[in-house]
Amino acid sequence: MRFFEDIAIGQRREVGSFTFTADAIKKFAAQFDPQRFHLDEEEGRKSLFGGLAASGWHVGSVCMKLMVADGQRQAKEAAARGEKVAIWGPSPGFRELRWSKPVLAGDTIRFASEVVSMRTSEKRPEWGILQARNFGTNQRDELVYSLLATAFVPRRTS
Amino acid sequence: MTLSFEDFPPGRFATFGPRRVTREEVLAFAAEYDPQPMHLDEEAASRSMLKGLSASGWHLCSIMMRMMFDGFIGRTASLGSPGVNELRWLAPLRPGDDLTLDVEVAEARVSKSRPETGIVTFKCSVRNAAGQQLSEWVSPIIVHRRDPMTGQAG
Repeated sequence: MRFFEDIAIGQRREVGSFTFTADAIKKFAAQFDPQRFHLDEEEGRKSLFGGLAASGWHVGSVCMKLMVADGQRQAKEAAARGEKVAIWGPSPGFRELRWSKPVLAGDTIRFASEVVSMRTSEKRPEWGILQARNFGTNQRDELVYSLLATAFVPRRTS
Repeated sequence: MTLSFEDFPPGRFATFGPRRVTREEVLAFAAEYDPQPMHLDEEAASRSMLKGLSASGWHLCSIMMRMMFDGFIGRTASLGSPGVNELRWLAPLRPGDDLTLDVEVAEARVSKSRPETGIVTFKCSVRNAAGQQLSEWVSPIIVHRRDPMTGQAG
């Protein structure tokens, strides 16, 4: 992962894609969100979603999964170059999460992240606070997911 | 009976829980969706800002969803949610915590585009057994209005 100083407002990264199979949708839903339209094809078709739809929390969790994997790839590359590796801190939360279209069984969602704002932490000077808009787009280039996330990112000076 | 839009007037709705979160489920969720050292590795976690092993924030969100489902969404004529206005992770969820969920209706209004439905905006808060607030969020859910002919939801 990158240090605060290596990041600039407007930077965009593609973090990877994920295909939501019917099995994966039902498995997540059975555990965390067993609403009928997340568990059964016929119920999904009869719902506003028009098909077996992934839980929104499944979509958010998969976005996190791909963000972490992308960060770990970057960390590996930095380590291979002999550079110090940045370990990101936790997130205090997010705003404006939109499940703008359903993610249906078989859909492949590409996720990307774009840096929106950056500031240094007053209370913790070794950390920067980054805001990024994360997006998910389906195979028809329709936006299905977005949120404005905040995270603590370590500064190189620390 | 299925709950419909009319069953969610603004104000306090209900409290649900407690729900125990085990170490095994914290590690399993983190391994699949959020394999950062602070969620997986005791030693690395103790050196992190959160000073000890903590669950992924997305795990907490998913557990809160399940608590809402078990509490009332499972018997509500819910059509899904368009999103979350704001969600804050205020304190870490630790393995072994017992979660309690407080649910309030912040706003309830009839949908203009789909007048047979209403939009209920929930404000939810989750705390541990010590009473420490771990997260709060505000999210609208689309709910069927009661059918004036039958009195049933949707």
